[in-house]
Amino acid sequence: MFRPRLIPVLLLKKDFLVKSVQFKKHQYIGDPINAVKIFNDLKADELVFLDIDASKEKRLISLDFVKDVGEEANMAFTVGGGIKSISDIRSIINAGAEKVIIGSAAYLNENFIKDAANTFGSSTISVCIDVKKNFWGTEKAWVMNGTKPIADDVVDFAKKMENFGAGEIIIQSIARDGMMNGYDIALVKKISENLTIPVVALGGAGKLSHLKDVYQQGYANGLAAGSFFVYHDENKGVLINYPKKEDLKKLK
Amino acid sequence: MSKEDSIVIIDYGMGNLNSVKRKLHLLNINALVSSDINEVKSASKLILPGVGHFANAMKNLKDLGLIDILNQKVLVEKTPILGICLGMQIMAKKSEEGNCPGLGWFDADVVKFNMKDKLKYKIPQIGWNQIAIEKSSKLMHSIPDYSEFYFVHSFHFRCNNKIDILNTTDYELNFTSAVEKNNIFGVQYHPEKSHDVGLQMITNFITL
Repeated sequence: MFRPRLIPVLLLKKDFLVKSVQFKKHQYIGDPINAVKIFNDLKADELVFLDIDASKEKRLISLDFVKDVGEEANMAFTVGGGIKSISDIRSIINAGAEKVIIGSAAYLNENFIKDAANTFGSSTISVCIDVKKNFWGTEKAWVMNGTKPIADDVVDFAKKMENFGAGEIIIQSIARDGMMNGYDIALVKKISENLTIPVVALGGAGKLSHLKDVYQQGYANGLAAGSFFVYHDENKGVLINYPKKEDLKKLK
Repeated sequence: MSKEDSIVIIDYGMGNLNSVKRKLHLLNINALVSSDINEVKSASKLILPGVGHFANAMKNLKDLGLIDILNQKVLVEKTPILGICLGMQIMAKKSEEGNCPGLGWFDADVVKFNMKDKLKYKIPQIGWNQIAIEKSSKLMHSIPDYSEFYFVHSFHFRCNNKIDILNTTDYELNFTSAVEKNNIFGVQYHPEKSHDVGLQMITNFITL
């Protein structure tokens, strides 16, 4: 029987880990390589690293950092942050990452996802779509770390990315980020219903039942979270953690 | 493993070989990542990983001049080989992906998943799934039936020779998730990403 992946998403600011609330109020979490060592021991399925300032600062996530993670990580890991060319992807894969996450550049350059999927295969290319409501209450995809809304409808944009060859879509709710009160199940379901590729839910997980709900009711295929994996509970004492194998069985 | 053993992970430009190499390193085994014909020639065991497009994989093997030496090693010298993911698929006769012939070591073809329930069964299948062990095998030593392994694939193996089927897995339909014929092993899943059972499988292959 199929079991979805649980994916800790770790945010990089300069060379340390932070966790945000609604893409703001970044709290210091710790040293990224130390976190990788702990997730190795906890046998995490996959890890994601996002350099949250890279696109804004028009640079690529540090390749030395990706190499350091590659030296340490026992699991597959995915990297995002400022990726905008085929050669960016090649250097990140060569540095040891399994997959890349493309955000802003998927919108800014129409051909990029097509070229990337043709060059590296779809399973190497994830597209992350950050969603929040605009002033008029319409759900929009936002780029540049949540600072710029794009014109396309969210579902249309996700479908376009699938047609271009993306291997999976990460759908992130900005409003739920760091809130730990559950995923936006309706949003995830709406995207999943319209795509045939896997949808990874991100934003809002605070406990295991949230993950189960978005898997069973939202048809998410990968369950990603930040706070859930780096905080002990809603009081946000830093404690890197991962569910036990017996608990993972309860998701099915 | 004796000193003379040399494990070669075949590098034919299809995906990241880091995780396979790293797992061998954890087992204190220094594998060679190589596309060099002479190094492949002197290997005592071969690992054929691979992520990407079937037709590209076959083209790259051909361009690197590796097909003849692989046939010689595997079919004549009976060198043990483990194909992983796309590395398993290209052991089939042909694939729908690029409508391309494969190495033809198994009487099998590779077809695209075609799901009825498109909401529940996303393609590619990415995640953990269980394997049913269909025959006894040294590769399965100490691996419990219905263990979970990590999968990433859009196409699956369809094996015409039942006796070659080592594992099957359910993803709406029941498909062949591992094959074994003499010295030739292929697994659709990624033992190098499957934690303890995966490490056990790699150990089993190394100590064959």
